[in-house]
Amino acid sequence: METLLKTKTFADAEINRQLTTEEKIDLLRQMLRIRRFELTALKQYQTSGQMGGFLHLYTGQESVAVGTLSLCGDDDHVIAGYRSHGNALAMGMSMNECMAELFGKATGCSKGKGGSMHFFAPDKNYWGGHGIVAGQTPLGMGLAFALKYQGRKGCCLCFLGDGAVNQGVYQASLNLASLWSLPVIYIIENNQYSMGTSLERSSAFKNCLAARAEGYNLEWDRINGEDIYEVRAKTWTAIQRAHNESRPTVLEINTYRYYGHSVSDANTKKYRNPEEIEKYRKFHDPLQLWQSRLLAEGVITESQIGELDVAAQAEAVAAVQFAETSPLPEPADIFSDVYYEVDEQTPAGRTGKHFFNE
Amino acid sequence: MPKITYRKALNDALAEELARDENVFIIGEEVAQYNGAYKVTEGLWARFGDKRVLDTPITEAAFVGLGVGASMLGLRPVIELMFWSFAYVAYDQIVNNAGCIRYMSGGRIHCPIVIRGPANGGTGVGATHSHTPESILANSPGVKVICPATAYDAKGLMKSAIRDNDPVFVMENTLLYGEIWEVPDEEYLIPLGVADVKCEGVDISLIAHGRAVLTSLKAAEILAGEHGINAEVVDLRSIRPLDEETILQSVRKTHHAVLVDENKPFCSVSAQIASMIQEKAFDDLDAPVLRVCSLDAPAIYSPALEKLQLPTVERIVEKVLEIL
Repeated sequence: METLLKTKTFADAEINRQLTTEEKIDLLRQMLRIRRFELTALKQYQTSGQMGGFLHLYTGQESVAVGTLSLCGDDDHVIAGYRSHGNALAMGMSMNECMAELFGKATGCSKGKGGSMHFFAPDKNYWGGHGIVAGQTPLGMGLAFALKYQGRKGCCLCFLGDGAVNQGVYQASLNLASLWSLPVIYIIENNQYSMGTSLERSSAFKNCLAARAEGYNLEWDRINGEDIYEVRAKTWTAIQRAHNESRPTVLEINTYRYYGHSVSDANTKKYRNPEEIEKYRKFHDPLQLWQSRLLAEGVITESQIGELDVAAQAEAVAAVQFAETSPLPEPADIFSDVYYEVDEQTPAGRTGKHFFNE
Repeated sequence: MPKITYRKALNDALAEELARDENVFIIGEEVAQYNGAYKVTEGLWARFGDKRVLDTPITEAAFVGLGVGASMLGLRPVIELMFWSFAYVAYDQIVNNAGCIRYMSGGRIHCPIVIRGPANGGTGVGATHSHTPESILANSPGVKVICPATAYDAKGLMKSAIRDNDPVFVMENTLLYGEIWEVPDEEYLIPLGVADVKCEGVDISLIAHGRAVLTSLKAAEILAGEHGINAEVVDLRSIRPLDEETILQSVRKTHHAVLVDENKPFCSVSAQIASMIQEKAFDDLDAPVLRVCSLDAPAIYSPALEKLQLPTVERIVEKVLEIL
């Protein structure tokens, strides 16, 4: 583990000194759950024949979701792009509802209507899961707008990938968020590849994506995503800025995905060399690094780590069983959840023809 | 009964709903300090202040997306597009987000937004500013689309749209903003999905929406005065949800239908209505269902020719005489 523990600076940050032993262990537990969930989902995708479409794995990036979202208060809200299983689980969604959604089952978080890219849990302040690159960026600003409008002390953490920064709507959102001083934090998870196109081939401004925020009079920062202490310390600064000054921030968190853009990405070892992937797995894996750190701090033992991993794996296997044995949606369910007024059978929902099948 | 403009009727509807529900707010380009590019929001900023009526930069994708996000947390944004033609800049936000989020979340989120603005040709602003996207947008299940033709309908439908819990797109018309109709002082609502027979007749049904209703009414006068034909004019008012029953009742009575539509003909609203009539009232028809649409090319600038590109009274009369 060559990059870890060089400095104690971020471990000493106030927000990290407040962490209890149990909370530190829980960060590991959450990362292990995400990894085991996704590796299990991958296996099911390849073997069960029950999943369709895309499966964008987060494996390698777990410290970003777990580190940032561990800071969320009661009225902090989260919205993300399509690589968002990690965000969903870290926001408290259950493996069962997420796995069932992948299987297209009625017990899925979106009743089998959303799929891998569209997990939602508004009751847990999690607003998706959005499939179009950067499509979530003005919506996140809207969540922040609503909080400010209603006089609530909270913020929105809006996740996007390095590929999303070249979408016009993201730039437009930065401008409006800054102009209207909205409590939104844009978190660029820079895993270096937008599908098969490397950063060098996609960004005119090399080496730093967050710096574009300068053009919109926004605060920004860069974070080494493999260090949870750094992720938490710098994200906390942004959250405080949102809560106390109602100002937005752009954070760029450097990270890496081990798998392809999606499971169906056949070229994952062509647009980057296998040595590069191996280097990250070996020296920069956020789970390994956090485990080493907790061992060094003496807050956990090897056997406890093993127990956590076994528990995460068992939870994922149980989620598969739950998904397999869950019912499919009924054909009639195709027509529910389209219109609120129709579902609720209000006078508006009963007036006029809403569906045109016959 | 007082007579007011279509513009004032919309303005009154917005003011009443702003006063009624503090979650309602208006955003858009020039809606506040400028009083609205077409003065539909005139006076609202002065009355309701910065919090409720907000000027945006020219950034449709951002402010429509902002409205969708804000609605997810319970606000009820009324978003003005200076022209509905600008919706194409925010198509992802309108169709993918507003239109699909309820479905993709399995009903866990809903999106009570109104997007409103003019959607019409005929004003010499060229093809990019003259689109009529009601047919395109009504193609997306999850959204609602209405096209009021009179001040009375505009006010009653707008108020219902703001109170509706689904995304409602209100397509107005710059050529109607200054037209005057009777509108009562007392509050009223017009439900979405209810058509209105603007003129009763027995010989043929002219079925239209938006400004084409007024063109059809003029054609009906000529048909009655010059040709002895008693035409019924059915105003759809709401495209989705659609009042099929009123359309079918009219066709079953008159046995003839000409559909009048400012859309371009291909995949237009009238194409949908024509399909529905032949499917459900085939045996009642004494002649093919014909259509009068905008001529099938991008909207021409040349003011004299543009008038001919939209459905005209003459073309409607001519089409009716083909089957009667």
